[in-house]
Amino acid sequence: MRHILSILIENEPGALSRVVGLFSARGYNIDALSVAPTEDASLSRLSVVTTGSPSQMEQMTKQLNKLIEVVKVTDLTESRYVERELMLVKVRAVGKDRDEMLRMAEIYRGSIVDVTDKTYTIEVTGTTDKLNTFLESIQSSLILETVRTGASGIGRGERILRI
Amino acid sequence: MQISGAQILVQSLQAEGVEYVFGYPGGAVLEIYDAMFQQDKFKHILVRHEQAAVHAADAYSRSSQKVGVALVTSGPGATNAVTGIATAHLDSVPLVVISGQVGTPAIGSDAFQEVDMLGITRPCVKHNFLVTDVRDLATTVKKAFVIAQSGRPGPVVIDVPKDVTQALAKFHYPEEVFIRSYQPVSKGHTGQIKKAMQVLAGAKRPMIYFGGGVVLGNASQELIEFVQLLGAPCTGTLMGLGAYPSTHSQFVGMLGMHGTYEANLATQNCDVIIAIGARFDDRVISVPSKFTDAPKKIIHIDVDPSSIAKRVPVDVPIVGDVKQVLREMIQLWKEKSYVLNPSHLEKWWQTIEAWRAKDCMYFEHDEASQIIKPQFVVQTLARLTDNDAIITSDVGQHQMYAAQYYPFMRPRQWLNSGGLGTMGVGLPYAMGAKVAHPDATVACITGEGSIQMNIQELSTCQQYKLPIKVINLNNGYLGMVRQWQEFYYSDRYSESYMDSLPDFVKLAEAYGHVGMRIEKSSDVEGALKEALAMKDRLVFMDFITDKKQNVFPMVGNGKGLDEMVLPPHMVQDAERYEADFREYDTRSVP
Ligand SMILES: Cc1ncc(C[n+]2csc(CCOP(=O)(O)OP(=O)(O)O)c2C)c(N)n1
Repeated sequence: MRHILSILIENEPGALSRVVGLFSARGYNIDALSVAPTEDASLSRLSVVTTGSPSQMEQMTKQLNKLIEVVKVTDLTESRYVERELMLVKVRAVGKDRDEMLRMAEIYRGSIVDVTDKTYTIEVTGTTDKLNTFLESIQSSLILETVRTGASGIGRGERILRI
Repeated sequence: MQISGAQILVQSLQAEGVEYVFGYPGGAVLEIYDAMFQQDKFKHILVRHEQAAVHAADAYSRSSQKVGVALVTSGPGATNAVTGIATAHLDSVPLVVISGQVGTPAIGSDAFQEVDMLGITRPCVKHNFLVTDVRDLATTVKKAFVIAQSGRPGPVVIDVPKDVTQALAKFHYPEEVFIRSYQPVSKGHTGQIKKAMQVLAGAKRPMIYFGGGVVLGNASQELIEFVQLLGAPCTGTLMGLGAYPSTHSQFVGMLGMHGTYEANLATQNCDVIIAIGARFDDRVISVPSKFTDAPKKIIHIDVDPSSIAKRVPVDVPIVGDVKQVLREMIQLWKEKSYVLNPSHLEKWWQTIEAWRAKDCMYFEHDEASQIIKPQFVVQTLARLTDNDAIITSDVGQHQMYAAQYYPFMRPRQWLNSGGLGTMGVGLPYAMGAKVAHPDATVACITGEGSIQMNIQELSTCQQYKLPIKVINLNNGYLGMVRQWQEFYYSDRYSESYMDSLPDFVKLAEAYGHVGMRIEKSSDVEGALKEALAMKDRLVFMDFITDKKQNVFPMVGNGKGLDEMVLPPHMVQDAERYEADFREYDTRSVP
């Protein structure tokens, strides 16, 4: 099962590599990772997308909690949450494909952030799932380059992760 | 007044009450060595290899309950220390390892003697620090000591660049440090403790299973009281030996890969097991599914939440300090006047006694042939030292004989590498133990393979006059490897034969010690007596033992605890053994 772990860590050099190292040392995969400082500059927040059985997730969470610099860990997918990922896609846009690309971008509420006479660069945000669907619905031979941030998530409503 | 980083480091160690630092100098730590030279609050022990410095500090900690401290230089000094650090990590030993580092401006430039110590040790430490500002040094040392010995203990590395040791700052050693992200739990959940005692009180075939956590948590007294209060059988892991006195009748022996017949069968066939500071390691229960195949309720106490339910599903998890939790359990058991059902308990003990009567530890001791059985050497040593010596061991068959045939009576009497299984620990462990307990008899039970992995430390023993008794059970083979090759590789002894062994007697003498070679079983006792009487000399005893002796019983790869390979005298009894299972087949019990 796919999970999004949200982790608060001390904003210190080396802390991120400890988290990443833990995943590789225990043979778990990281599907996506995003990290940035929070409103409290001494803390960073990580979102890790991973897959695992319930017992694997339990073990992973416990191991993460064991790291000295980890302040809090939560598995967002255990209850209601909002998830967003940002993607930039550069596509070939010539002739009739140019209109087609514009239409697709509109359907997915994307915006064109760069234009040349042969290409468009489209920015799309949404769940990882939505971004995947977007890529599937445009002709793959027209995709020149994609770059994605990996999912970030936050609990819905009153559910707050902070110290 | 401002003092140098090196002086800050030294004064911080003094503030921690450190008595011994085990180490080896080098360019990156010269400043620290100079600062140490100018003080006399703690002593430095100069080893001959950094691996031994860390092992010795580790054993010093294991035997004394203090934090062990090792000091090594950057680069090769640091990498040499890694095996020691990993060894301490897997056995949760509180250590502070200080490594020198190249100056901060050179970090990352592939400078002379530079390695990324943080990167190299990250997977095998509890935590590590790189100090880049001299003003952080004292606080970092304090944090390192706090982290090393609290919660589940473990090694902490402090990497100190040379310029930081030279820079000046004011010295202030904090009394306390607050680490907001590190708050280990010590008090167990009261509701869970209640539930655990209820489950236990309802047991028909209870089993108490303790591990190294009881030793580390100094909870031996509580364990003894708890076991005797219940009247139930108990078994210990390799790391737990000594936490409960081995000669007491309620102790059914060590369990696991080379555990006793009675301990393994009882552990497999119990209906409630309470694990106390033990973690169901693969060397203990082998395959988890086979272990839980015979249904049982599992109660698990551990200070480290990640150890709980890692290998087996647990019915009642209790996160907390074993000493505190055991105290609460004892109190509750008494308050509620719980008793185990006497008739069930009696039947359970009868079954166990019948298993015990098979005497799985019996070995053939043939007077006529004069062949020395390794077990006999250990047994004789135990008798001559009144089960009271501090025993260290290396890794291999001799380690298992030591565990099986030396009855450990108290915690911290038995020092060995259980988790990493590091050959070469034996002699440095004996050094650390001897330094901590100068008046105790310290014996290192080793093999000719293992001892050669850190034999240079005989020189350290000479420098510091450490009168250790080295018991080399010399079978001419990497015995444990040979045993596996015999069992699983059709006797293809690939590279398990030790050719060109040194003359250990001469070697010991070359280092200024006493050497003895013992070739006849009738000489074993005399030699040991003589060696033990030489209180102020290191004696290296080279016992030429039976080359083909194997360790029994043995739970092979992928087998259940009730599928042991039995010693020859029991194999003749094999049919009875089968019958035992049928008679006591708990797999049909709901
Ligand atoms: C550093 C290290 N290398 C290899 C091993 C694998 N190993 C485990 S036991 C053993 C043989 C030990 O031989 P010896 O010390 O002679 O003891 P014996 O088994 O003969 O008693 C080996 C090679 C190990 N545990 N540690």
